[in-house]
Amino acid sequence: MSFFERLRIGRRGTAYTAKKRLQTVLIHDRSGISPGLLEALKVDMIDTLSRHVEIDRGSVQLSLTKERDQQRLVADIPLANRRSRRRAT
Amino acid sequence: MSATIITITSGKGGVGKTTATANLGASLADLGYRVVCIDADIGLRNLDVVMGLENRIVYDLVDVVEGHCKLRQAMIRDKHLQDLFLIPAAQTRDKTAVSPQDMVRITDELRQESDWILIDSPAGIERGFRNAIAPADLVLIITNPEVSAVRDADRIIGLIEAEEKGPGKLILNRVKPEMVRRGDMLATDDILDVLAIDLIGVIPEDEAILIATNRGTAASLDSKSKAGKAYRNVARRLNGEEVPFEILQANDGFFRRISRIMKPGGER
Repeated sequence: MSFFERLRIGRRGTAYTAKKRLQTVLIHDRSGISPGLLEALKVDMIDTLSRHVEIDRGSVQLSLTKERDQQRLVADIPLANRRSRRRAT
Repeated sequence: MSATIITITSGKGGVGKTTATANLGASLADLGYRVVCIDADIGLRNLDVVMGLENRIVYDLVDVVEGHCKLRQAMIRDKHLQDLFLIPAAQTRDKTAVSPQDMVRITDELRQESDWILIDSPAGIERGFRNAIAPADLVLIITNPEVSAVRDADRIIGLIEAEEKGPGKLILNRVKPEMVRRGDMLATDDILDVLAIDLIGVIPEDEAILIATNRGTAASLDSKSKAGKAYRNVARRLNGEEVPFEILQANDGFFRRISRIMKPGGER
């Protein structure tokens, strides 16, 4: 093993990057949901939800994931921080 | 006789479909079977040169489809193996000269007088690909350990399942064990993990493939070629034999091996 190869031992090789990139691209390919469509969905969801509840618009996350054979759309929607911790009356 | 029809496809071009077809054809014929290889890449034929039969072509697949000759007349016998035949593609026509129904009709006729029919698919997912998979009993998807080829393989797997030709089996071609060991090439397990498909062969990168192609012979008939041996093993697996997957050894010296053993975490 060369000196330079030895330097690399501490970090993962590029195969790891390749696998992660592949997994992401395949999730989009298989579902037919492009990153652009996902963004459009997110904007629509924020608009719809905002009509009913106060949400933290900047922190909404919508992503495609895969668990075993099931592909799913996962949304993380933080509610806006209210000053009062008491229940609304 | 009733042949098994196998289509070799990949989506992406240049990953080794034609080479795989030629090597599997020669390996199966060498096992004593009667094998017919069909080049379905109309307009860009190449299986003829890889098999070294380019000077013997009189009739081609389109001639058979259009009734200009009998099926037998378009079958070119291999130079070395008595029971290996090629039906070449037409070079001056395009994919629309043949339909999926034509492929089913022709292979039905061939089925009676052969043990294996191998179809070399063109790259892409259009008409030529549809022609190639229409008569298939089994589809072999060939890929290389790189993101573009694996992505295309995934697309092909989806299309094959949609055509009810699935699930198909995977050949991983052009593996460099030394790069895999370094962590700079996707390992077989990584690819199987991503594609969720059965493996039927892992073919190492091997200069003997190019040398054999230069000559127009099959590397699988060269007992010294690692890739040739891997192809012979694929043929035996197709034939129902349980052949363990060969562990690809990186060509590394004593000191490299020592440093690998000493490396924290060890080898994968």
